[in-house]
Amino acid sequence: MKLKGKAWKFGADVDTDAIIPARYLNTTDHKELAKHCMEDANPDFVKKMKGGDIIVADKNFGCGSSREHAPISIKAAGISCVIAKSFARIFYRNSFNMGLPIFESATASENIKEGDEIELDPSTGVIHNLTKKEKYQAKPIPLFMQELINVGGLMNYVKRKVA
Amino acid sequence: MGMTITEKILAEHAGKKRVSPGDLIMSKVDIALGNDITAPLSIEEFKKAGAKKVFNKDKVVLVPDHFAPNKDIKSAQQVRILKNFAKDYKITNYFEMGRMGIEHALLPEEGLVLPGDVIIGADSHTCTYGALGAFSTGVGSTDLAAAMITGETWFKVPESMKFIFYGKLKKWVTGKDLILYTIGKIGVDGALYKAMEFTGEIIDNLPMDGRFTMTNMAIEAGAKSGIINPDDITMEYVEGRAKRKFKIYESDKDATYSDVFEFNGKDIEPQVAFPHLPSNTKPISKVGKVKIDQAVIGSCTNGRISDLREAASVLKGKKVHKDVRMIVIPATQRIYKMAIDEGLIDIFIDAEAVVSTPTCGPCLGGHMGVLAEGERAISTTNRNFVGRMGHPKSEVYLSNPAVAASSGVLGRICSPDEIE
Repeated sequence: MKLKGKAWKFGADVDTDAIIPARYLNTTDHKELAKHCMEDANPDFVKKMKGGDIIVADKNFGCGSSREHAPISIKAAGISCVIAKSFARIFYRNSFNMGLPIFESATASENIKEGDEIELDPSTGVIHNLTKKEKYQAKPIPLFMQELINVGGLMNYVKRKVA
Repeated sequence: MGMTITEKILAEHAGKKRVSPGDLIMSKVDIALGNDITAPLSIEEFKKAGAKKVFNKDKVVLVPDHFAPNKDIKSAQQVRILKNFAKDYKITNYFEMGRMGIEHALLPEEGLVLPGDVIIGADSHTCTYGALGAFSTGVGSTDLAAAMITGETWFKVPESMKFIFYGKLKKWVTGKDLILYTIGKIGVDGALYKAMEFTGEIIDNLPMDGRFTMTNMAIEAGAKSGIINPDDITMEYVEGRAKRKFKIYESDKDATYSDVFEFNGKDIEPQVAFPHLPSNTKPISKVGKVKIDQAVIGSCTNGRISDLREAASVLKGKKVHKDVRMIVIPATQRIYKMAIDEGLIDIFIDAEAVVSTPTCGPCLGGHMGVLAEGERAISTTNRNFVGRMGHPKSEVYLSNPAVAASSGVLGRICSPDEIE
């Protein structure tokens, strides 16, 4: 299934406190976390974004805390995927475990402008910029991570082991 | 070809003779840690997976420290989840208020984490334990849930970077300054996915507390882990604390590193990281006039006894500036008691600082020192992101304890030399 939505641009080193501020971490409720998604980076983000929209950022997206609340709040807000030049490692791992699709592409990060219509094919990593009529290629997902996704995420992998 | 300490520990835990950077391995876990923010999600996943028991009731550690002592009803509910889970699954190492401390100061102090271990924790500063010569890294709640069930987790073996510190430390320079200086040089993603190995004569002479501070902030350079080869200082610390066997690993002389950085103590002053990234560092002599509203001394980075001693040495006989709130937080109950016995708490209270029970509280803008709009803090904590300590329009400057203490006295960021 292709992912399609409008691009929301963010800069470099977007940290987990910007994605979901710690003051909201006294709950694990996904809907509650979604309400404050990206609040300290763009206070109007949740009000203005629509389901399916895509976050496009510069390098080191998701740096800082190990809080899984960060990918949860993005996913629960309805964002279909995140494209960045690079991701911080715990965020990268968490996103796969949570089932939030993320893609590394420097050219996409540089060329996509806020508001561009983007269509992305997760199976090939091909990113279409429908507004600018451009194509970018995301780095392929490592085989091991694909296997995790194929069995339905980390916990399903574990369930198989336990059973 | 030789191996790094990180590769050796991971190979042993994966049941392999050797591993190389890039290898995907399934590794045994010696300790799996969660706190009041991250463990509730893990427990939810644990139950959803239908698990009946944890892999080892002595190897799962739960520490309510972030919003504890409970700051509001929601936080109390979270802590309750940990407490009930610990009871139901007979977890030995659940730490209730009064026995609790900030996790990354508490676990080494209790001898729960040891040299040669593989440790994962659902907290990014889990990398702290690398100071003991262990492989230790932060993961998310779901990774923790899986490890609580299976006692295993998967890793991609990281490349190692070597940081050699030559020479001697200048006056007032501590482990905090060495790591801030390093992050200032390589950036907040300078060590992305890699293991940072700290070595050289300065590290050889650095006490354990300073070593913990350094490996604690490896994540602030994007690293997977920070590590220091164990030596006599490590062994002295571990002796009397360890309740199980452990193994010492060391990097081979011909081990491979992706990068080698060489720094000299003569070039390193006390450092201050300006908003809003830990890499935005300046030497104290170049800070200029920066007025502050709050000074925080504590956290998993700098809440240990030598940190409190350094702060007290500056504060003795002085008063906190009338426009400043100073908040001192010993990281564990044991450190708190030592500080009382040594007269440090008297010094803090006589200086008109607040002394709190152990908590992560202000570091993440949780409680016990949240900043208002436009307020500015100097803090011995580890992050100065936008809104980290409170209002999105507040600012955090990171420093060592002596600089934070002296800044609290003058009401602006300064070197301890300025108030002596």
